[in-house]
Amino acid sequence: MRTLIDFVQRIFKTNMVSEFGTIFLFIVTAIVLIVSMLMLAKLLRPHKPNVEKLTTYESGEDPIGNANVQFNVRFYVVALVFLLFEVELVFLFPWAVVFGQATLIQQTDGLWGWFSLVEMLIFVGILVLGLAYAWAKGYLDWVRPQPKVPVIETKVPANLYQKVNEKYGRPSVNEK
Amino acid sequence: MAEIAFYGFSALSIGAALTILFTRNVMYAALCLFLTLLGVAALFVLAGADFLAITQILIYVGGVLVLLIFGIMLTYRPDRESNQKKNLVLTSHLNQFWGGLVALGIFGVLFWVILNANFMIIHSPQLAEFTPQRSTLRSIGVHLMTTHVWAFEVAGLLLLMALVGAAYIAAQREK
Amino acid sequence: MTIDVALIIKAIIILLIFGITLLIAMYSTYGERKVAAFMQDRIGPNRAGPFGLLQPLADAVKMFFKEDFIPSQASKWLFILGPCLSMLTALMTSAVIPFGDSVKYESAPGKVWDIPVQAIDVNIGILYVFGVVSLGVYGIMVGGWASNNKFSLLGAIRAASQNISYEISMGLAIIAILMMTGSLSIRHIVEQQHGGNWNIFYQPLGFVIFITCAFAECNRTPFDLPECETELIGGYHTEYSSMKLGFYLFAEYINMFVSSAMISSLYFGGYNYPGMDWVQAQLTGSLGEIAGHNVGTLIGTLVFFAKSLFFVFFYMWVRWTLPRFRYDQLMNLGWKALIPLAMINIILTGGAILFLKPLIVSFLK
Repeated sequence: MRTLIDFVQRIFKTNMVSEFGTIFLFIVTAIVLIVSMLMLAKLLRPHKPNVEKLTTYESGEDPIGNANVQFNVRFYVVALVFLLFEVELVFLFPWAVVFGQATLIQQTDGLWGWFSLVEMLIFVGILVLGLAYAWAKGYLDWVRPQPKVPVIETKVPANLYQKVNEKYGRPSVNEK
Repeated sequence: MAEIAFYGFSALSIGAALTILFTRNVMYAALCLFLTLLGVAALFVLAGADFLAITQILIYVGGVLVLLIFGIMLTYRPDRESNQKKNLVLTSHLNQFWGGLVALGIFGVLFWVILNANFMIIHSPQLAEFTPQRSTLRSIGVHLMTTHVWAFEVAGLLLLMALVGAAYIAAQREK
Repeated sequence: MTIDVALIIKAIIILLIFGITLLIAMYSTYGERKVAAFMQDRIGPNRAGPFGLLQPLADAVKMFFKEDFIPSQASKWLFILGPCLSMLTALMTSAVIPFGDSVKYESAPGKVWDIPVQAIDVNIGILYVFGVVSLGVYGIMVGGWASNNKFSLLGAIRAASQNISYEISMGLAIIAILMMTGSLSIRHIVEQQHGGNWNIFYQPLGFVIFITCAFAECNRTPFDLPECETELIGGYHTEYSSMKLGFYLFAEYINMFVSSAMISSLYFGGYNYPGMDWVQAQLTGSLGEIAGHNVGTLIGTLVFFAKSLFFVFFYMWVRWTLPRFRYDQLMNLGWKALIPLAMINIILTGGAILFLKPLIVSFLK
């Protein structure tokens, strides 16, 4: 236990953690700023709630049921596919950093670059297969809204206006 | 300073984890999981594993937890009977005795393993010189491309299988 | 004592960065209205102060004094937490942006402090920004869920789905940059684009992908489906009022500024500009070593802000020019166009580095 704490302490003095220490300081400052703004606003503003004000807004109607609408399963599928690509991305980051390193390429007579590129192509290729599968199966297709054209029963035929326009010509803006 | 940070973030993680255990509101539980994962990411930073910390945030907080929340919203059966109700998703605590027993058992096993494990790095004399001055990312990249290249490609295959399987099962619900 | 001085300097820089970020976000709201007015042949805000320049202050005062109510059906704490999270994630990213080169300060003869104009130069800066961006979805999701309003929930789900869809292509575009620079520190990436050697000339496709994803991540038109007023009233912030609404709107403008700053540092050389070496030499020649360096840094910082503010203007320009996407178009663009394009971009970059670069180097010799 003692060695562990020593270890942690030594790391804290090195560069990396003091970097994140500054970020921690930054986050704490941001939190203080946000909370103080909310508190100040709470002190300044009026507070006179009534039942009407506190109802849920639904375009002036009384809301029916609460907001727990069951939504389309596609959102879930998209999140799933995203998760796997995110894992792939995380693998790609360390690769990208060492890929073009001049010292490594020199040490291996230029083999390193091609070797790592091919390895990465295999890895990405496998995942592109996954994307292609989801694509071909239509998991990525969203339901396209079909516009509903209202059909009105009227004695005036639908193509009457078209006929009138054709007969007399459409008035053009450019004509004087 | 480091000790305060270590115990602070540990307390945050453990406290949030306990809240997950005892709250009945599933949304609160999901947000406590958010805190737990962030606390663990901070502990990773303290241990000098910056890339692991960011990975934790990217995959677990940005991916898995979003998926979990989508799952909560997706599986909830809307209650049409009562007109005005809060949208709480509540669970009930069932099988408390057996659940507690299993959890305690797993905890005991893990605790025993960790106490008895011989952590090579901690006891090795190289530790005295080992101070990670810069990011671990570069060495991870080189190792992925050389010593662990098979594991790397197999991970790709595993991801493909997970993708196909998960998408297939999730899309079955639609029919 | 030395630690204390360093800490004080750090604290001052942090507060300064917060101040600048908030100021720019405030005046972006004014800028947005002026740009909109210009494009629609109107005058825009002109009552508060000369040319309406005090309008953002008046808006802030309004945000403080308006009544705030939490709907009785909402879950109270999550309702408050939502906008705070949004604001926090927006503010967090500005920590790693390099605003300028460095300021030199001679405390004693021979002892020169060299303070970079940046809160902190993290080794894995880009990954940090990327991680915070992936957290950005929580503010909207928590707020939308807690409102217990159907419009809010729909907006929140749309926002979450859209953000994660465009995150992947954004990451792939960043990876193409990393392959060239070999460093994750944003300051290193900026330093490598010295003078006019900007990344945009090597990564035009990556830039187009990145800026599209930046629009989507900021929920700006044409990707503003989470809050489109014609379908969802106000989207995820339908139920919000007063300061909390202010946080949501403000977070959007901070995100806009931060992403513009990222675009200008990743692709347009940050504080670098063509002919900067000549300018620097002239300045050190006439003003001396330290003062010349500092004035050069100031010019670089101004160049950086000019680039960033141009992209903020670009956001507004696009908003008042393009119509909104339909949701299926948005998903198709993200998954079926941008991700394959980004992958092709990576392969092209890899091939260019391995094949074209040695060729050009040997040709130049």
